[in-house]
Amino acid sequence: MKLTFHIWRQKDRGARGRMEQYQSDNMNPDMSMLEALDVLNEELILRGEEPVAFEHDCREGICGSCGFMINGVAHGPLEKTTVCQLSLRHFRDGESLYLEPWRARAFPVLRDLMVDRSPFDRIVAAGGYISVPAGSAQDANTILVPKNDAESSMDAAACIGCGACVAACPNASASLFTGAKISHLGLLPQGQPERDSRALRMVRQMNAESFGQCTNIGECEAVCPKGISLEVINRMNGDFIRAAWKE
Amino acid sequence: MNTPLDARIPSGPIEKAWEKCRFEMKLVNPANKRKYEIIVVGSGLAGGSAAATLGELGYNVKCFCFQDSPRRAHSIAAQGGINAAKNYQNDGDSIYRLFYDTVKGGDFRAREGNVYRLAENSVKIIDQCVAQGVPFAREYGGTLSNRSFGGAQVSRTFYARGQTGQQLLLGAYQALERQVDAGTVKMFPRTEMLDLVVIDGLARGIVTRNLVTGAVECHVADAVVLGTGGYGNVYYLSTNAKGSNCTAIWRAYKRGAMFGNPCFTQIHPTCIPVSGHYQSKLTLMSESLRNDGRIWVPLEKGDKRKPSDIPESDRDYYLERRYPSFGNLVPRDVASRNAKAVCDEGRGVGEHGLGVYLDFSDAIKRLGVDKIRERYGNLFEMYERITDEDPYKVPMRIYPAIHYTMGGLWVDYHLMSTIPGLFVIGEANFSDHGANRLGASALMQGLSDGYFVIPYTLGNYLASTKFATVDATHPQFLSAIESVAAKTRALLDAKGTRTVDSFHRELGKIMWDECGMSRTAAGLESAISKIRELREQYWRDVRVLGGGEEINQSLEKAGRVADFFELAELMCLDALDRNESCGGHFREEYQTADGEAQRNDEQFSYAAAWEYAGDDQPPKLNKEPLTFEYVHPSQRSYK
Repeated sequence: MKLTFHIWRQKDRGARGRMEQYQSDNMNPDMSMLEALDVLNEELILRGEEPVAFEHDCREGICGSCGFMINGVAHGPLEKTTVCQLSLRHFRDGESLYLEPWRARAFPVLRDLMVDRSPFDRIVAAGGYISVPAGSAQDANTILVPKNDAESSMDAAACIGCGACVAACPNASASLFTGAKISHLGLLPQGQPERDSRALRMVRQMNAESFGQCTNIGECEAVCPKGISLEVINRMNGDFIRAAWKE
Repeated sequence: MNTPLDARIPSGPIEKAWEKCRFEMKLVNPANKRKYEIIVVGSGLAGGSAAATLGELGYNVKCFCFQDSPRRAHSIAAQGGINAAKNYQNDGDSIYRLFYDTVKGGDFRAREGNVYRLAENSVKIIDQCVAQGVPFAREYGGTLSNRSFGGAQVSRTFYARGQTGQQLLLGAYQALERQVDAGTVKMFPRTEMLDLVVIDGLARGIVTRNLVTGAVECHVADAVVLGTGGYGNVYYLSTNAKGSNCTAIWRAYKRGAMFGNPCFTQIHPTCIPVSGHYQSKLTLMSESLRNDGRIWVPLEKGDKRKPSDIPESDRDYYLERRYPSFGNLVPRDVASRNAKAVCDEGRGVGEHGLGVYLDFSDAIKRLGVDKIRERYGNLFEMYERITDEDPYKVPMRIYPAIHYTMGGLWVDYHLMSTIPGLFVIGEANFSDHGANRLGASALMQGLSDGYFVIPYTLGNYLASTKFATVDATHPQFLSAIESVAAKTRALLDAKGTRTVDSFHRELGKIMWDECGMSRTAAGLESAISKIRELREQYWRDVRVLGGGEEINQSLEKAGRVADFFELAELMCLDALDRNESCGGHFREEYQTADGEAQRNDEQFSYAAAWEYAGDDQPPKLNKEPLTFEYVHPSQRSYK
């Protein structure tokens, strides 16, 4: 199949970027979007042009490395699918595709389609854990977790930290990401002792990065490749308010 | 000091060995721990858990990963589960049984002492992970749920949907970030280790490249821990993440760490078949699918009917037929080899004939669609997304793919390599799985090494070693920086006509054909000469655009592929030298009358440890004899 790519090219963080157009006539509908970029890059290298930089690793939709906008939608048109698992059969022969990096002040562009998502690590470092030194745990079955709680916790824990939620949000808010971690741990009995401090610290760290505020638009949920629900934001807000009140 | 190939296995009964070893180890005074600098390379289950635990103990830790965040390490992609000898199901499991199964599953090419310790630690891993908040599957009463998994007759596998690796990794990552927050661990993401620095015979640091700025930097330490994963990407197409590479362990090998059993690679039986030449990687589907799916091919070769049009009488459920007691649950090497055999007979399915059916229609009839969706829903979705076929209606097509490497740097019982001060953990070492790894054992090993072994053995090393003061101006650091820079220059200056990927694909094809699921002496010899030729062409004709002082993904790949070329040759050499079949290493010349792997315990009951002897010299083979006091070697039988 034939595709026309319009791809954001930017040499480094400080450089000015621009859209460049590339015509590809030998695409196969079974390819993934990243395999299409691989093929394009091979062609570019042979023509003496620098290949398009993009992040990727597992190519199974779980590591969270990949992600960019396709025609203005984070991870493209297919629901609950990262770009590494998005096959070209979902596009029309002859279609034009506009590929751009995540756009958010907190995620500066490093090169082409690559951005810096290190604020996510800093949010997790600010209490996104349960403090349990190795070797100090009791027998696992002494902590009983109701099946439904375990399932809801797992729903939130499925977040892959790709950043699509931030990219899709008109405010570039990281609430879905932060709420997912707060919910994952806060829904489990093990997470209770630090529940308040976790909510306070993580939310404050999120606010200290350059993310915007959540205004309940819901774009994040719509693009999330793991289907993380807006409920996690409610839970985050609830935990934060309760903890702030107690404080 | 450690003399080469003294495995330092504690004497006495195996049940007490690890306890005795821990008691005999020297301890580092708590107040002195912060005076030691430890480097951990890799942030997966092994590296991440080690860095977190060492930081927690009070050491000064620097942790490096090439990805943008430690949470991306490839452990995250493990699906099925993690084994532990909890015997929560009251079905006859025990530490001894897990030990026994693992030694047998490894086809008697693993070290008994290590495996016993692994089984012992498995229990504590589950406790630790649950306490961390890993959301394992639960029963209605709130207790942990288990399932049986690839090759085991007890239910000892703990799981979090089809995302067990992700959840365990996030547990380790969160523990790691907690230490980052506490200031005991400094994280260096987007940083790749390009050399190991050995001074006065001790590992004293590494040379890295910052993948954003290109800056080449030195990091001095008192000990270096490598948890950099496996080298399955030597085959180009594998289930590994695209970035997974052998560079860290290969640099260490060239600085004197011996390489153990490089030819022991695992082919996973349940992957989605290759669909075209553009294919960039293979996708694995958890072998938990084999619990309910039935594997079959048409009885007659060249049968092109749709699967639904092939009646029961024209189907061959070949695993159930050949192995009535284990059926579809035989170990990975056996399942993979049988799939290849039926495809070689011309009975394979799919467009290219390289596939077998994995059929859920019986299970759906028996359990209902909802139950199957609950168990495998995410895997079915993934399959459909890639193949555009609905496995609830049409049998899946699967084919084996390279998945894991049992080989790796040789380590002793303390997980220390032949370079004192260089420790190797997780898939990067060779230690626990012998010639074949059982399902749900990789996660167990990574976490056992990181949470429960290295914190003890590393302390013992530090407490019993005298360190000279060293800084980054030491001549060994300067020369390592120079050799890294020279290699980068050579790759950029070749300015040839072929891309890195085109070479990598060609190398992978040679390896898959000659050093893959089955191997012959003639094939391996021809592979070695082809690899040499291609490698020579690589340095002459590779084209890497851009510069060294910027983000340059082609340059990163080029350096990794250069190392894969050298490792590939060593793998073939090892496969050629091991004149027997065992586990994942199947030499066609050595098989039983009914086509099973035939070991030769008289001559090959050893771990091969290859020693680098210079670029123009063949490597030297050292042997660590393996003795089996508890699990007596027998022909593995799953019939």
